[in-house]
Parts: sequence; structure tokens; C-alpha cells
Amino acid sequence: MTGGGNRDTTKLLMERSVPGRVGAVLPQPDVPAQPLPDPSLLRTALDLPEVSEPEIVQYFTALSQRNFSIDTHFYPLGSCTMKYNPKINDEVSFLPGLAGIHPLQPPESAQGALELLYRLQGFLAEITGLPGVGLSTLAGAHGELAGMLMMRAYHLARGDTNRRQVLIPDSAHGTNPASAAMAGFDVVTVASDDQGNVDLKALHELVGPNLAGVMITLPSTLGLFDTGIVEVCQTVHQAGGLVYGDGANMNALLGRVKLGPLGFDVVHLNLHKTFSTPHGGGGPGAGPVCVTDSLIPHLPAPVVTQSSGDGAPVYGLAAPERTIGKLSGFHGNFGVLVRAFTYILTLGGEGLRAISGNAVLNANYLMDALKDTYYLPYDRRCMHEAVFSADWQKARGASGLEIVKRLLDYGFHAPTLYFPLIVHEALMIEPTESETRETLDAFIQALRDIDREVTENPELVRGAPHTTPVSRLDEATAARQPDLRWRAAG
Amino acid sequence: MTVSNRAADSSSSAPFQFPYIPNTPDEQAAMLATLGVASIDELFQDIPEEFRNPPLDLPQPMSELEVQKELDGLASRNRALASGPSFLGAGCYNHFIPAIVKALMTRGEFLTAYTPYQAEASQGTLQVIYEFQTLISHLYGMEVANAGMYDGATSLAEGVLMACRVTRRSRVAVADTLSPFYRQVIGTYCQAQGIEIQSVSPSPSPALDGETACLVVQYPNFYGYIEDLAGLTEAAHAQGALIVVSADPMAMGMFQPPGHYGADIVTGEGQPLGIPPSYGGPYVGLFSTKQEYIRQMPSRLSGRTLDNQGRTGYVLTLQTREQHIRRERATSNICTNEALYALAATIYLAALGKQGLQSVAELCYQKAHYAAARIAQLPGYTLPIQGTFFQEFVVQCPVPPNSINRRLLEQNILGGLDLNEAYSNVPPSEGGTTGGSPSQPAGDFTNAMLLCVTEMNSRQEIDALVEALSEFSR
Repeated sequence: MTGGGNRDTTKLLMERSVPGRVGAVLPQPDVPAQPLPDPSLLRTALDLPEVSEPEIVQYFTALSQRNFSIDTHFYPLGSCTMKYNPKINDEVSFLPGLAGIHPLQPPESAQGALELLYRLQGFLAEITGLPGVGLSTLAGAHGELAGMLMMRAYHLARGDTNRRQVLIPDSAHGTNPASAAMAGFDVVTVASDDQGNVDLKALHELVGPNLAGVMITLPSTLGLFDTGIVEVCQTVHQAGGLVYGDGANMNALLGRVKLGPLGFDVVHLNLHKTFSTPHGGGGPGAGPVCVTDSLIPHLPAPVVTQSSGDGAPVYGLAAPERTIGKLSGFHGNFGVLVRAFTYILTLGGEGLRAISGNAVLNANYLMDALKDTYYLPYDRRCMHEAVFSADWQKARGASGLEIVKRLLDYGFHAPTLYFPLIVHEALMIEPTESETRETLDAFIQALRDIDREVTENPELVRGAPHTTPVSRLDEATAARQPDLRWRAAG
Repeated sequence: MTVSNRAADSSSSAPFQFPYIPNTPDEQAAMLATLGVASIDELFQDIPEEFRNPPLDLPQPMSELEVQKELDGLASRNRALASGPSFLGAGCYNHFIPAIVKALMTRGEFLTAYTPYQAEASQGTLQVIYEFQTLISHLYGMEVANAGMYDGATSLAEGVLMACRVTRRSRVAVADTLSPFYRQVIGTYCQAQGIEIQSVSPSPSPALDGETACLVVQYPNFYGYIEDLAGLTEAAHAQGALIVVSADPMAMGMFQPPGHYGADIVTGEGQPLGIPPSYGGPYVGLFSTKQEYIRQMPSRLSGRTLDNQGRTGYVLTLQTREQHIRRERATSNICTNEALYALAATIYLAALGKQGLQSVAELCYQKAHYAAARIAQLPGYTLPIQGTFFQEFVVQCPVPPNSINRRLLEQNILGGLDLNEAYSNVPPSEGGTTGGSPSQPAGDFTNAMLLCVTEMNSRQEIDALVEALSEFSR
């Protein structure tokens, strides 16, 4: 609960503004006054708030307390891998020799940064079993765009101009079809079978001379390892296509299997999921791409190179010979890459295997404990997350939406809701490895209690949440009459 | 070294413990027992056996103390901006950052939250985004701004794609004074969209026609100079084209914003607003437009509404534009963006406020003009571009800039960008329908250096730069 007066969050910055207040003071000019430009070029009105430093600290601190976060709440948001974000990773990313370096300064003055990036490229190549790595893509979907542009460049470089079709399972993240479309492909949906795997029969019928490739998430968004994955890759390769891997769920696979040997040609990783870098309320992320030898010439620019002269290795930046081009202003989200590098150093190979092992153990523990209370549409061993359906509760009068809102009252963030689209009333729960058994047990108990409430006190569930700073919001009006910024009254 | 070798090489017999994994071996055994499974490895039996548990050649685990030392060592081999004068800009700027920016943005409640899909549990983040949208639209003089893009380059590229959607045209005119890095990112984004990119000279007037979707200009331009936005906007609108501007937010403390001239889409790099250079990222892309185009915008939007008890609250809105609803017909594939740095920029703009942003902009202007005037007096150095500049300017040097920069670095001064190198390092775009690589504008400069002076540079530092440059005077 936040304080009153200025520590109340009701007023916006512009409403707090008092003429004459300042939040920061700059030095006086130390150079002789210079002639000003033509007055017509000069700004006449700058409508920014005037607030003092203590007010800013009080306001933003109060705002922060209106969030759920990993540090304050269990956050089992499926497919988002909301694991603990180590503080050492943040601390090193703020070192002056890492946060305070300019992207265009000469490589000889940034050898430490370049060595870090080069070693990270090597780590990610080892983890995925794919030898080429580009680090410059800024989020998962950005990595997808890079990967699909590489797929396009690969076919065009072979004179294969008719391969316009990309197959995407019906369980895929929405970014997959959106990225394929941005790379100029036509998207065709491929069904899943009754085990949650790609329907191999449907796949065989869809592949043909126009196939550019497939986009596969492994484990799938159902939290399942597709047991037909080798045949999927072989089928696509035999048709002349490439296999794109969405690495959003890589937390399940660290050290357990490498995607390259399975048959994947290009994979993006979400460092802000698997490799513990903080989500920051919706970014920054980093979405490096890892590729087979044949795609290395097409990697986005730049990549980090190492040359060994007479003495110590020298690191530099280079554009691959047939690069798809630059996808970001400079070399990528370096501060995020530093954090992921630090995480891998801390854990080593042994630790990464322990991460996937415990993530999968925790997910199976939850799934097993809840499957008598919530309908489990795919009753088989899960990987890092379990996808339930709220169908049983819906039949008794409470939807999945209402159940997850009620979870907020119990002090738990909601699971991912209504995704994947192929599961009715889907509740997708990903506990991660960094939660204790005590927390998992408390969460299991909460979901069982809510199930009982659906029968005994349905209004309590349907009206949830009751304890959050605001209750259910009017999204329809928000979309019909968008209010997207503060405006002066009258 | 592979994982399996570790035990043999270890002098200690105790198994390594991992601070981020609470489950002890006993707890694991108890949990496995509830599943009727003997080992964690057994949970992975869906992975085909021949691919399961491959060797993993990664370093051994390290303690936090060892990790800290390793990172300190890597950081010490970089020349930090704080260690001496810097005159490098070209899209990333060294500005003062008040302490409260880091103190507030690293609060765990902001730092470790996800995208605010559950509005009731994310009011802090959603209200910050709404504040950000307000301040960015004010800064650019535009009607609406979104929750942010990845960085300035991608924000501009998305602006170009949006202009093509709005006009249903597919020819893009890019001013040759745009950053070559941004020009390249536009090329990459457009390569599969059947969009044709033309380079145009913004002055005296750009060659546009009735097929042009948009005119793309940078403000101030890559060389630091103020473009004639009034004339360029008129020229674009006369052909039914939009004008898409990439504007330095810091310059908005001093110069009329693009919205004042009727710009249609205004994007920018948010890095100058309280975000460390960090070797190129993470930053935040700024994106604003006119109200009439909001349903064509990429990325997230926070909207103000009421809850069922009449209290004000915020939600992600107009989500039917986005990939998780619209899939292959979405306005963009963007999902995770840079919310934490939108927060940083919001705190920065609140702290600097109206007076502070004006002060910083004027300091940059004053110091840059002092430096330029002094350098122009050195024999052999000239300022080849006429016009009004903000904090960056081009200097034609008597010898190649890279040799000057090497000498400056020996004196612990980070010099400006060697423009010849900046353009020659641009790789050709693959497989696109674009008009090739960016080229240096007509009348290209030889031995040209792009210098940047901000409020961080003291008069003493500027004088030291001038002194060092004078060594090459002839």
C-alpha cells in the first residue's frame, strides 16, 4: 500500500508540475557565449514537467509498488521463463568499463568487450550445437526476423526463387507468423496431433517445391518435447527447406540436447528468458541467432571475429560476406549480453544442466499435483511448463480468466492465459528452477482452494481480483476511445 | 573442458552448489518420489536417446567472487568514457545521467516484472508507459507516442514500413544526410517487402513523385545540421507522401520539434535520455505519430481507463494491431521491446524537466560551437558544411582522420568518427530490391571527421582537443 500526498500515484507528472521546481541542476557554461541560430528555428514551448528530486523518487517508488515482479511474487508465466535474475549480472553490466563505452570507439580500445562477445558467441554455439552465432538482434522476435531473412537469403543465393511458403504449427507464438510475413513469406499453418506433436501426416502433405522451411518451437508451447522432431527435420530437408527453431523454451533443454544435431538450421535464443537477464517490465531482451555452417555467410552484421597475430588474440567486428545486413543501430544489446555471459560463467556446463533438470522437475511436480483438480489435455511427461485447461471449472461457472485473476488475490502472478490457442481455456504454468518447493506447494494449494471456491463461492472468483490496486479494468472502452496520453484539462 | 571431466580435475570432493537453484539433493529425491521417477535424467526420455546428454564443452562453474574478478578484468581492457575526454557521437551520445535514474530503474519491482499483460498486477509499469507516451509526444510535438521500440534505427525502419502501409505505396526516398547505419537497417527491414529505396538530396528540394510513400530525414542530420523541415514536409505532402523524421530528443530542448512543421511520423534514439552508451545497447526507440494513424502503429500502447469500481487504471490497448492477436497480419512482429529504458527516459525527462532539458541542449550547443570556431581557426582545418548545427559538426582535416584519432587516443582523447571509414565499412545489402548501399552525399568530403561536443566536455577538454589537432596543422 502506497502513501498519501505526493506518494499517492493518482496524479501524473504533468499534474504534479509546479513552475520553478527542478529535479536536476546543470553546470554553468564555461565557454564564451556563442551566437545563437535564427530565432525561427528555436523552440518556443517545451511542455515538460517541473518537479523536484524527492517528488520523483517518491512517485516512481510508489509506482513500482503497484507491480508484481519476480522479486516480490511467484511469477509462473508460461513461455516467459520468469526465473530469478541474479544481482551480480546487473552489477557487472554497470561497470564503467562496460556501460561507459561507445559503440564506435576503435576496436583496439574495446578489446575486453569484444573478447566477452566472442566468448559468448562460442558458448551459445556450444549450447545449441550450431557453429555460427550473431549477437546483434535485440529481442526474440528480432532474432526471428533475422533467421527468416537468412532463410530467404539462403534460397535466393541458390537461385531458388519460388520457395515462398513457411509452415508453422498451430501452437506457435504469434511472433512466428508475424516474423515470417515481415521476411516476405506466405504462412501456412500445420496442425498438431493428439499427442501435441507436429502432425507428421499433415506435414508430409504440405511440403513441396515451394517450401522455404518450417518454424518449430522445441519444446512446444504445450511444454512437450516433440517426439517426432527428427522426422520433422528430415522431411523438411528432403523437400529442400530449412528448419527454424524458436528457442523461447530452451530452459528445458540446456545441456540435455543440442538443436543443431537434431536437424535445426537456425535458432534464436531469448537471453531474457533462459539466460536470466531481467525482463524490465517488457524488455530489454536479446535474441542471438545460431546457425549451421551454410548460413554463416548470411548472419546479420556485425559478428565478432578473433585473429591471432604473433601475441595475444585480437578481436574485431566484421560483416559476413553475404550478410542480410544490419538489424540494429550498433552491435546489439550489449548490456544484456554481458548479463547472459556472466550467468553462463557462474553456472558453467554443469550448472546449465542443473538448471534444465530442476526446471523440468519443478514443472512435473506441479503438473502431477494439479492434474486431478485441473484438466490436463496432454497427459504425458512435460518439460519446463505444464499446460492445463480450466474447462472443468468453466463448467461450474468460472472461466480461466477469472481463476487467474483470483490467483492475484493469493499473491501469485497469473500463469499465461488462453495460450497456446489450441487448448481451450488454457492455463500455461512455468515454475522455473529458481523457486523453492515451499512456494510450489503454496501455489498448488492456492489453485486447489480456488477450485473449491468455484463451487462454494463462485461470486468471489468471478469478481476477482479484490486485493490489487485496481480491479478489473474496462478494456473495451480503452480500445474504443483510446486515451494514450495526458492532456491539459479544458 | 567437458562437464564429465570436471570431477576428476577438481581438487575438492564436495559437489558444486548453485546459488540460483534452491532444490537440495534430498528435496529433489523427495519430489522425484512423488512422480514415481528415479532420477532427473529419466524426465528427459522423450529426447531421442542418440541425441540425449551430449558432451558440453563449457567452463567450470565459478563463485561470484571469481566471476566478479573475471568481469573486472574484461572491463579494465576497455577505454571508458569517464577516463578521459570523448568527442565521439554519431548516434550514441555521452550525456550526464542523474543518480536517481539508476536508483529507481533497478528497483526489483520494475526490473523483474514481465510485459504488463495482467493489468491489475502491473499498474506501475503501465502508468510509467503512459507517462512515457505523454512526454515523448510533448518532446516531439506529436499527438501520440507508443511504448517504445528496440532502438533509434529499428524505430525509423518501422516508421518507413508504417508509411508504406498508410499510403499503400512502396517507394521510399531517403535523404542522403541520414546516418549510414540507419540507412542500412532500413534496407534490411525492407529487403523482403518489395519496397524500393531511393537516395535523395534534401536540398534544395528532394526529387519525389506521386509514387513516393515517404521522405525520410534525420533532424539534426547525421552531420549534426538542422534540415529545413518546413520545406521538406511541404515537398513530401505535395506528392501525397508522408514525412518520417528521426530526431535527436536532446535537440528538442532547443530546436522546434518536427511536429511543429507537420511531420507525420517522428522516431528517435532514446539513448541520450538517461541511458548509458553501453557499447551500443540496450537503448529504446522513440516512435510518435498523428492520432489518425494510431491503428497502423507498431508496438505496445498503454491506455487510461476505469476499473469496475470507477478507479483510474491503465491497460495495454489496441492490441488487435499486434502479433499475439493478428499473427501474420500484425502491424509488426515486435513483442518484447525496451520497457526498462522507456522507464529510464521517463525518469530522466522528469528529473531534467523543462528547464533542465533546455539547459543541457544549450550547453551542448554552446560548447560545440566554441569547439568548432576554435578548430576552424587552425590552419588546414575547415568546416565544409554551411548551416546551423546542434552538437555535432564535420571537420575537414589536413590528414586522414584515423591517423589523427590514433594520436589522440595516445593522449587519452577519444576523437570523432572518421567519415570515410564509416561509409566504407558498410556492407552491401543481400538480396534486396533496394538501391544498394548508402553513399556519401554529393560533394563528398575527404579526410572528414564528425565531432561531437556535449555538456560532458569541459572547456579544458575542448582546448586540449584543439591543441592536439594543431599538431597536424599545415
